[in-house]
This record gives sequence, structure tokens and C-alpha cells, in this order.
Amino acid sequence: MRRSDEPIYWGLFGAGGVVCAMLLPALILVTGILIPLGVLDPGKMDYAHVHAFVTSWYGFIITLVVIIFPIWHAMHRIYHGLHDLGVRTTRLHHYLCYGFAFFVSAATFVLLIQMCGS
Amino acid sequence: MNNSQSKRKPYVRDVKKDWWLKNRFYSFYMLREFTCVFAAIYVVILLWGLLRLSQGQVAFEGWLNALHSPVAIVFHILALIAMLYHAKTWFALAPKATRLFKGEELFPEKPIVLSQYIALAVVFMVVLAIFII
Amino acid sequence: MAEMIEIEILRYRPEEDQEPWWQSYQVPYSKELSVLGALGYIKDNLDSTISYRWSCRMAICGSCGMMVNNIPKLSCKTFLRDYYPNKIRLEPLANFPIERDLIVDMSDFVAKLEKIKPYIEPKEPRTLEQGEYIQTPKELAQYKQFSMCINCGLCYAACPQYALNPKFTGPAALALLQRYNLDNRDNGNKDRMKVLNEDEGVWGCTFVGYCSEVCPKGVDPAAAIQLGKVASSKDYMIAMLKPEE
Repeated sequence: MRRSDEPIYWGLFGAGGVVCAMLLPALILVTGILIPLGVLDPGKMDYAHVHAFVTSWYGFIITLVVIIFPIWHAMHRIYHGLHDLGVRTTRLHHYLCYGFAFFVSAATFVLLIQMCGS
Repeated sequence: MNNSQSKRKPYVRDVKKDWWLKNRFYSFYMLREFTCVFAAIYVVILLWGLLRLSQGQVAFEGWLNALHSPVAIVFHILALIAMLYHAKTWFALAPKATRLFKGEELFPEKPIVLSQYIALAVVFMVVLAIFII
Repeated sequence: MAEMIEIEILRYRPEEDQEPWWQSYQVPYSKELSVLGALGYIKDNLDSTISYRWSCRMAICGSCGMMVNNIPKLSCKTFLRDYYPNKIRLEPLANFPIERDLIVDMSDFVAKLEKIKPYIEPKEPRTLEQGEYIQTPKELAQYKQFSMCINCGLCYAACPQYALNPKFTGPAALALLQRYNLDNRDNGNKDRMKVLNEDEGVWGCTFVGYCSEVCPKGVDPAAAIQLGKVASSKDYMIAMLKPEE
């Protein structure tokens, strides 16, 4: 009997599920709706503010958490969703889905490190 | 057992690709799973913003301007609804994985679910406060 | 003239039919009559060729499961009054091969139940003189809910993951697995975890949750599987730290 690797992905999926439920609604409301519509002061999301935020230690961690966990959550659901839609999922689908999640995570990390260094 | 005289001929019904449209419960399940597409697009937008941020002020302002487009606003409204629906389903499932006991009785699910809504409300207020103050 | 209700039954007679077909019957309506009772009326008065399983008529034997208007139900526990004056469509339980009319072949389900070792393997065998295995009410409460299963198979008919991949161990067997793993008198945990840890074990589940919705005994297999996922994740981490096993 072969042990499944799912615990790794399920752990990331679970963490992402919590971030999607707890943090994303408020973030989407502010960054995608209230600020672009001018309800809240756009000055709070200008270059200087955002740059200072992501290069602070807490901003660094929050940015990582907000991007990395949801993408693993989403790609996990998309991978299983393909199966639900009748696609006979193979290793290739697995590598594509989780590979994309890994790419987004790595890119986020590299960009943040880069900005902290400069 | 000798089955040579058996009249058995079990009939296997196929699973149709649209099985999830035939039952409301399944449709809502697929809707729950589909909310993740909005989460994926939103975090890719954030990652894109991070890339533009690293390229300097002009690039970042281009990204900010793009958020003003009607398409972006409509997307974010849909994404907000999707995440709230995700939150509703997620909170409902949480007590299943924990299964706390109060002595011999299973701890009721309602307070666990409710406490998560309270936490969500607190997060909303904190995030809004950060951007208002 | 009594009020009548229409009941459609999916017929399949292996010796003459290539595929199932619908047959309609008119049954005198009464608000006390169950779907199983209506089938009895049809069998006795209208068509003695229809086949269906039943035994206790009181939701404990688990034999009379079928699809009632596309929802898995025990027909003894489902009443005409909840559908009248609309018609009722009866089909054999979904996701199982049809043996004849409303009878399905459950051998795959039974094989899965056997696979999870649904019996207590004691830590140390006790002799008769040593007396019974002691268990407190609190220890009983840990698994009691998951022990209420009557093996009716409604949860398998409700599970799209079982439909999509028949290798999936499925709700009732995984709930029963938890029932024995959570029993403090049992020591068979190690063998059962191997079944639980597979892709076809708890990881075949995506928490659709319909199994718990249709369960006539309130077992909540979805919760049992969710607990199984937590247990499997812990087991996975322990195995990583102790790779020699």
C-alpha cells in the first residue's frame, strides 16, 4: 500500500483556506474596491507607503502569507476540480498545478528579498 | 460456486460529465470549489503589483491605475463575494476537523462557527482602520 | 374513488433487458404509506415481477436504500405524503451496478468494509477469568457516533468521488475505520492507518459533504474522514521523522 503525499498539499491547502476566508475579503474590499473607487484615501496605497510596508519585517511576512498560502489553496482545488470535471488527472496535471503554486511562491519571495536589499 | 448457469449481468451506469448540475447540493459544492479561481487571480494581481513595485514608482503607478478600470472593479466585487462564500463554507467545516468534546458530549458546532465570524469581523475592522487612520 | 399517486420504477431484468427502462404504476395514496409500503402494494396487486430488497421496515436493517427522486433514501423511512400529488421516481442506489430492478450489487462496498478490519484487535487478549474490557462513558463517546452505521450504502450513492473513482474507500468504510481507531480497547490502528493513508483512503475525499446529509443514522462520515485526514497528516510527519520503518 502506497502512502499518499497529500498531507503536504492538504496542509498548505488548509492554511490557504484560512487566509482566503479571514484576510482576503477585507484586503480585496480595500485594495480592489474602496481605494480604486476613491472611498478611502488613495494616498494610503501609493508607492512610498506600499514600498515601506513590504520592506518592513512585518510587511514582508504578511505579504508572503497573503500570496503564498492562497495560491497553494487555489491550485490544490483546481487540481482536484479537474478530476471532478471528468479530466483523468495525471502526474503532468499535478506538476502543472503545484508547479504554478511553487512558481508564484518563489517569485513572491525573490521580489521581496530583492526590494529589501535595494 | 459454479456460476455457469447464472443470469447475472450487472448494469453499470456511467457518470456523466455534468453530474454536478443534477443536484443542488453538488452544484453548491462545485461553486465552493470554483471560488478558488478568484483567489488565484487576486493573488496573481498582487504578485504583479509586487513586480511593478520592484520596478519603481512609475511602473507601480501604472499598476494602481489599472486597478481603476471597470473590469478590475467588477472582478474585485465578484472576488469579494466569492471569498465571503468560501468563508461561509470554510467556517462551517471547521468544527468537523476539530471535534471537541465537553465531557461525554460533543461540543456544539454553533459557537465554533460563530466565533470565526466574529474573528472575520475583527479582521475587517482592523484592516479598514489601518487604511482610514 | 381513492386518490392515486404515480410511482415510476427503473426496471432492469438482466435476462431480457439490454438497459434499464422506466415503468409507471398508480398506487392508492394515503398519508401514512411509506415508499416501501407502496412497493409492497405494487408487488402484491399490480406487478409481481418487480424486485427490491427490504427487511425490518424500521430503518435499522439498511436493506431498502434506493434513489427517491434522485436522492438516496431508505424507502421505509420515506413517505408518500412528502411528494403527493407529484409523482415519485424510484431508481436503484446510484454508483452501484444494477443487479435487477431496484437491487444493486454491493459486493464492492462489502469488500471495502472488510479491508478496514471492522473488529476490535485487543491490546492484550484477556481470559474469561480476567473479565470484560473496561471502557468509561467518555471513552465510548469518542467513537459512538461512528458506530451507528447500518451499512445501507446511501453515503456511497451520495458520493461523487466514489462515482468518479470506484477505488476510493468511501464514506461508510472510512467512518467505521475511525470508529475502531478511536476505540481505546483496540490496537489495530497500525494496519488501518495503511488503508487510511492511501490516495484511495481519506485522500480520495474532497469534502463534498453529501454523505453526511443523506445518512439516515446521523453518523456524519464527512466528519470522520476529516478527522482521518488530520490523523493521516500526523502519521505522515511521524513517518518523516522516523524513516527507518
